[in-house]
Amino acid sequence: MEPEAAKLIGAGLAAIPLAGAGIGIGNIFGSFLEGAFRNPSAAAANQQQLLLGFALTEFTGLLGFVVAMILLFVF
Amino acid sequence: MPFLMTMLSGPMEQFEIMQIIPVHLGAYDISFTNSSLWMVIGVAAVSLFMFMATRRLSLVPGKMQSAGETLYIFIADMLRGAAGKEGMKFFPYIFTLFMFILASNLLGLWPSIPGTPAKWHTFTPTSHLIVTLALAMVTFTLVVVYGFYKNGLGFLKLFVPAGVPWWLMWLIPVIEVVSFLSRPISLAIRLFANMLAGHLIFKIFAGFVASLLAAGAWGVIAILPLLGNFAVYLLEILVAFLQAYVFAILSCIYINDAIHPSH
Repeated sequence: MEPEAAKLIGAGLAAIPLAGAGIGIGNIFGSFLEGAFRNPSAAAANQQQLLLGFALTEFTGLLGFVVAMILLFVF
Repeated sequence: MPFLMTMLSGPMEQFEIMQIIPVHLGAYDISFTNSSLWMVIGVAAVSLFMFMATRRLSLVPGKMQSAGETLYIFIADMLRGAAGKEGMKFFPYIFTLFMFILASNLLGLWPSIPGTPAKWHTFTPTSHLIVTLALAMVTFTLVVVYGFYKNGLGFLKLFVPAGVPWWLMWLIPVIEVVSFLSRPISLAIRLFANMLAGHLIFKIFAGFVASLLAAGAWGVIAILPLLGNFAVYLLEILVAFLQAYVFAILSCIYINDAIHPSH
């Protein structure tokens, strides 16, 4: 295989983490809404935890993006 | 529309660093670049905003004053919630960090003036890893230095969580040390990758609009990527705010570790 082709395939494969990050972010917001509808008075106090969990989960997807960028532009 | 195609450049060109005032000190290139320019603009915008907000202070706040107060209370509550009353001495640092990142992120969303040379185009300093890594290393250094200054060697209790069974004592501290050392990296990459990915999607969608317009009769459907770009723009404004918030709150949580190391 040509190195150029392998590079592009690798960068494409590095987009797979998006699936995991998508499931994770959906899970976080879904669980938050589930809890927030059960006890709406406690929802506002937990916004911070929600955003923090969102950011930490999103990071796993972004690592995939960084790997793709490294494959495309460094090698 | 051939003139559109000649003006088009790829989505990566927006991140190119260009010298505006070349300065060389020995072997080092310390030129004033477009990145420096947009950092200066960001700091100037924040200073102007806070100056306007505190210019005419009154008991019943005006528009600017209440905007400034809202931001102040927002950050103060966040810091107090994460690091307690003792953490409030770090308020100036956290507030500066938040406002600088927010201004850099938001100013980068400003459209460039068409036809100006590339070095005058809008630029997002936070889309460069070195900028975000420098910001993250400031937080990291602050946590390490203040932690040892306040607690002495007791700061090392951070790596030995309470309630760990004795037969895991060889493993947990190692994991804690690795996770502690990876904090600045994860802080930096989160902000950098969010800004880079957001601006890339933005320019790729804009490229779709231009190439569809150039395609003749099918140019009518260029409205679809244009609407998509509009949605991405709104999302990017949210992300710009959210990432500044996340950077600030994670800094607060790390500072809390320096103040109260035993968790």
